[in-house]
Amino acid sequence: MKPSMPSFLDIEAGRKRLASMRVVASEPIHSLYTLLKLTMDDGSPLPPMVPGQFVQVAVPDAPHTFLRRPISVNMVDEADNTLWLLIRRAGEGTNRLCDLNVGSVLSVILPLGNGFSSPIDPSERLLLVGGGVGVAPLLYMGKLLAEHGFIPEFLLGARSEVDLLQRDLFAAYGEVHVATDDGSTGEHGLVTQHSRLSQPVDKIYCCGPAPMMKAVAKEARRIGADCEVSLENMMACGVGACLCCVENTVKGNVCVCTEGPVFNINQLTWPI
Amino acid sequence: MANLNVKVGSLELKNPVLTASGTFGYGEEFADFIDLSRLGGYIIKGTTLAAREGNPYPRMAETPAGMLNAVGLQNKGVDYFIENIYPRIKDYDSKLIVNVSGAKPEDYAEVCRRLAPLDKVSAVEINISCPNVKQGGMAFGTTCAGAAEVTRAVRSAYPKTVIVKLSPNVTDITEIARAVEAEGADAVSLINTLMGMAIDVERRRPCLSTVTGGLSGPAVRPVAVRMVWQTAKAVRIPVVGLGGIMCGRDAVEFLLAGATAIEIGTANFIDPSVTVKIVDEINDYCDRHGFSNVSDLIGALEC
Repeated sequence: MKPSMPSFLDIEAGRKRLASMRVVASEPIHSLYTLLKLTMDDGSPLPPMVPGQFVQVAVPDAPHTFLRRPISVNMVDEADNTLWLLIRRAGEGTNRLCDLNVGSVLSVILPLGNGFSSPIDPSERLLLVGGGVGVAPLLYMGKLLAEHGFIPEFLLGARSEVDLLQRDLFAAYGEVHVATDDGSTGEHGLVTQHSRLSQPVDKIYCCGPAPMMKAVAKEARRIGADCEVSLENMMACGVGACLCCVENTVKGNVCVCTEGPVFNINQLTWPI
Repeated sequence: MANLNVKVGSLELKNPVLTASGTFGYGEEFADFIDLSRLGGYIIKGTTLAAREGNPYPRMAETPAGMLNAVGLQNKGVDYFIENIYPRIKDYDSKLIVNVSGAKPEDYAEVCRRLAPLDKVSAVEINISCPNVKQGGMAFGTTCAGAAEVTRAVRSAYPKTVIVKLSPNVTDITEIARAVEAEGADAVSLINTLMGMAIDVERRRPCLSTVTGGLSGPAVRPVAVRMVWQTAKAVRIPVVGLGGIMCGRDAVEFLLAGATAIEIGTANFIDPSVTVKIVDEINDYCDRHGFSNVSDLIGALEC
C-alpha cells in the first residue's frame, strides 16, 4: 500500500470509502451516452478526488450483471457537491446506469486509483488528448489546470460530431482541437493525424480506446513529449485484491486499479 | 449476543468468518472499509516459493451470478512476504492464515517451513486445487495419492494448524478429504473454484487468456453446500466452507451443512465491507433462533 495518497496540484485524494450516492441529474447525451450527477445521500461533502481517479458503481436491479462498473471521475462540482460520471452504453450494466432516474440511490466505492501527475511549471505546453468516452477524466483535469494558472489545450477525437462529448464544457478551460473519423466537425482523421501535433508539446495526458492511446504514445515518443495514459482494463474488485486487471509493466504485472489507471508510457511494455 | 467462537482444530477463532485466499489481498487493501480485528481470521493470497507473474491479461470474465478468473497465483514469493508484507500486517488483531501453493510437494513443504517461525501466522491453508496453473495446483487435488503426498510433506514441515483446500473438480470430494485427513491435515476447506469457460462470440475467442478459468460467486453456492454436507459426514476433522457466500443467510447455510467456519471470497469484490456485515448477520440469526453458541449451528441441518 502506498504511504501517501494520490494528489494533483493542491488536492490530496481522500481515503477510499463505500458510500450511498443519490442521482440528482441524469442527462442523456444522444442515444449512446448519459451524464449522471451524484451527490452523497447523507448530505456529507464529497471526498477529495484527483483527475484520473475512478469510482466503482454497483449496478442496481441487474440480474445478469454481478460486478461493479468502474467509471472515471468526469467532474467534481464543489458548488453543488456533485460527482459527474459520463457513461457510455457498452452492455447491460452500463445500460442500467444510463437509464437511472433522478432520486435513485447507488452504492459507490470512491475514490480509487492514482490519477494523473501534476505539471510543475505553468509554461509547460499541456495537451489533453481524449477519444470517445475517454474524454471524461480530462474535463475535471482541465478545470483544475485552468484554475491553477496552467494553460491546457484539448485534442478531442470522435467518430462524428454527435459523438464529440462535452465540447462546450472543455472550451471553458482551454483551446479545443477536434478530429473526427468522418470529418463532420474539426479535422478529418485520427487525433494522431491532427495538425496540433506538428506544433510543440511538452506533455500529453491521454485517455481513450487502447489503439488510440498506443498511437498517441508512439507519437509522443516521436516528438519527445512526456506522456501519461489512463487504462481501462477489466476489473473485479477495484482495490488491488483480486489481481484481475493487471497490465504488464517494467515492474512486471501490476494492478491497474491501484498502480494505475494512469501510467507514464515509460512504465509500460507497449511495442511503440 | 451469541458466543461466536469456533475452533478449527486447535485454531481458536473469535467468530467463524474468514476471507478466501486471493479475494482479500493481504487484508490491508480493505483497512479503509472495515476493522480487520472483527474478523475470525483472514487468509491471504496464495504464496509460492518463488515469485510468480501469473497469467497474461485478460484474467477475468463476468458470468451469470459469478465470475471466472485465471490469475494464476501471481505473488512475490514467500521470502518477500516474510520480509516486506508480514511486518505490515502481523499486528491486526485477527488470526492470520497464509494460503500456500507449489509445483512440487517439496515446494509446499519449504514454504511452510519458512512460515513456521512467524508467531502471528496461525495456520496455513494448502492449495491443492488451483485450476489456473500448469504445474501442481489442482493436479495434486484431483487424486487421493497426490493430495496425500502434499499433505504428508507439509505435515512434516509445519507444526501448527494445516488446512487443506480441496478442488470440486473431482468425482468424489469425500475420498480426497479422507486421504488428507489420514495424512494428518487438521481441517479441510472447500470448495475452490469450479473449472469453467466463457467465449466472446462476437470475436469467436475465449474470454480468458488461458481459455479456461475458475468459476466463483453465488453461481457455485449450491454445489459448494452439497460438497460441504457430504464431506462433513465423511471426515472427523473440521470442514471450512466456502463458495458464493454473499450474506449471513448464506453463511448459516454452510454452517448448517456441517461447516465449522466459512470463507468469504468473491463477495469482497462487490462490497468491501461484506465480511463484518456477515459477522453481524450470523449473530442476528443466532439471536433470532435462540442459539447462544454459534457452534450449535454446525451440522444442525434437520433432515
